[in-house]
Amino acid sequence: MDLNTILLELAKGMQVSIEIFAFTLIFSLPLGLVISFGRMAKNPIISTVTKFYISIMRGTPLMLQLMVVYFGPHYLFGMQLSLSYRFVAAIIGFSLNYAAYFAEIYRSGIESMPIGQYEAAKLLGYSRQQTFIKIILPQVIKRILPSITNEVITLVKDTSLVIVISVMEMFSYAREIASAQGIITPFIIAGAFYYLFNLFVAFIMEKIEKKLSYYR
Amino acid sequence: MNLLEMNHVQKSFDGLNVLKDISLSVKEGEVLSIIGPSGSGKTTLLRCATMLETMDAGELNYLGNKAVWNNEHGKAVYATNEQLKKIKEYYGLVFQSFHLFPHYSVIKNITDAPIHVQKKSKEEAYRTARELLKKMGLEEKENAYPYQLSGGQQQRVAIARALALNPKILFFDEPTSALDPELTGEVLKVIRSLADMHMTMVIVTHEMAFARSVSNRIIFMDQGVIAEQGTPEELFNSKNIRMKEFLGKLNEDN
Repeated sequence: MDLNTILLELAKGMQVSIEIFAFTLIFSLPLGLVISFGRMAKNPIISTVTKFYISIMRGTPLMLQLMVVYFGPHYLFGMQLSLSYRFVAAIIGFSLNYAAYFAEIYRSGIESMPIGQYEAAKLLGYSRQQTFIKIILPQVIKRILPSITNEVITLVKDTSLVIVISVMEMFSYAREIASAQGIITPFIIAGAFYYLFNLFVAFIMEKIEKKLSYYR
Repeated sequence: MNLLEMNHVQKSFDGLNVLKDISLSVKEGEVLSIIGPSGSGKTTLLRCATMLETMDAGELNYLGNKAVWNNEHGKAVYATNEQLKKIKEYYGLVFQSFHLFPHYSVIKNITDAPIHVQKKSKEEAYRTARELLKKMGLEEKENAYPYQLSGGQQQRVAIARALALNPKILFFDEPTSALDPELTGEVLKVIRSLADMHMTMVIVTHEMAFARSVSNRIIFMDQGVIAEQGTPEELFNSKNIRMKEFLGKLNEDN
């Protein structure tokens, strides 16, 4: 198998990896904010349930969570699962897991905001929603951006975990070709792909950080 | 008419009585200073008046509108949120540490609430803001961000931000305590010019000379009660022992 054919095969998988990455961010970033509200809720039932959820998500392997999401419906309810559910299960598993991490990052940012910002907004007549959207959240985003970057970079590498539920993404193809042909080239290309992907992620996040550096 | 009336206000934190039965009123155009040692309850009184803190008992009225009153058990009851929203437009507050919004430029700090809370037109909000900045001597700074300003400049922006909502009464919570003497002067000058324009103000301060010269009336608080009140002359010549001790200590400091 020549290099071109390998690259072509792997490219198919790269698209899936990028899709998993993108969908996970689209769902987990907003979901994380909702979970962080639950975690900070005054209602003790809501805050305890959310705390438990976060502790499970952070305390068990993501690989295991993916398997539970994928096989769960079959073992628990005897449902027949289509092949396309694999991809959906991957997105659900990743989103639920990453949302838990993002929730704690949001919480750290929100709780680090000085109370004076809330009080000033209250005195100026802003509603609670306005205060959060206009005053608090923009400042929180600036504060938590470095931690978010960390998670996003981890996510790029974690996409390879979907191999356990047989979603064919780049790493699955690389492993397949490597074992079939007895060559290491696919692994090197896979490594280069993750590295370049993360270089790009870091570049974008740095751009955003720069953009938000107009104030202190 | 009294713009502000507080009657028999009580507030305690974890069993510690910070305010014990405080009553005061402020007339239109009046400048009232509140002085007293740290921990005497001055700031808590201001925070109860501006509803940043909920009082345990007592009454609070703005322009005859009831914000807080006592129920039959002598516990404070607050008006509905809708009523309070209207009442809150009567007053503004300038904080000790400014609390400007760091991600907004100076002009946006001043115009955002008039536009998005009071629903004023952009043109009107910007015109008012620029007039205020001129009064504050900051017309060059409208596009600066708070971190680019000195503390004194930040506090003047905070005063402009509060004035932009056109309050009937403006509260100051130790407006110069976070500033060095040089910057204190420029903020006090602005407050004095507001007094000259008969802005109704309640000022919690440690600047005795300033309180003496700018106020129509001064309240001396000690251990959660009003220990003495009157005109500046009455107060600074008071025979009240605590008052004399307090002023004496200040003189030693100087």
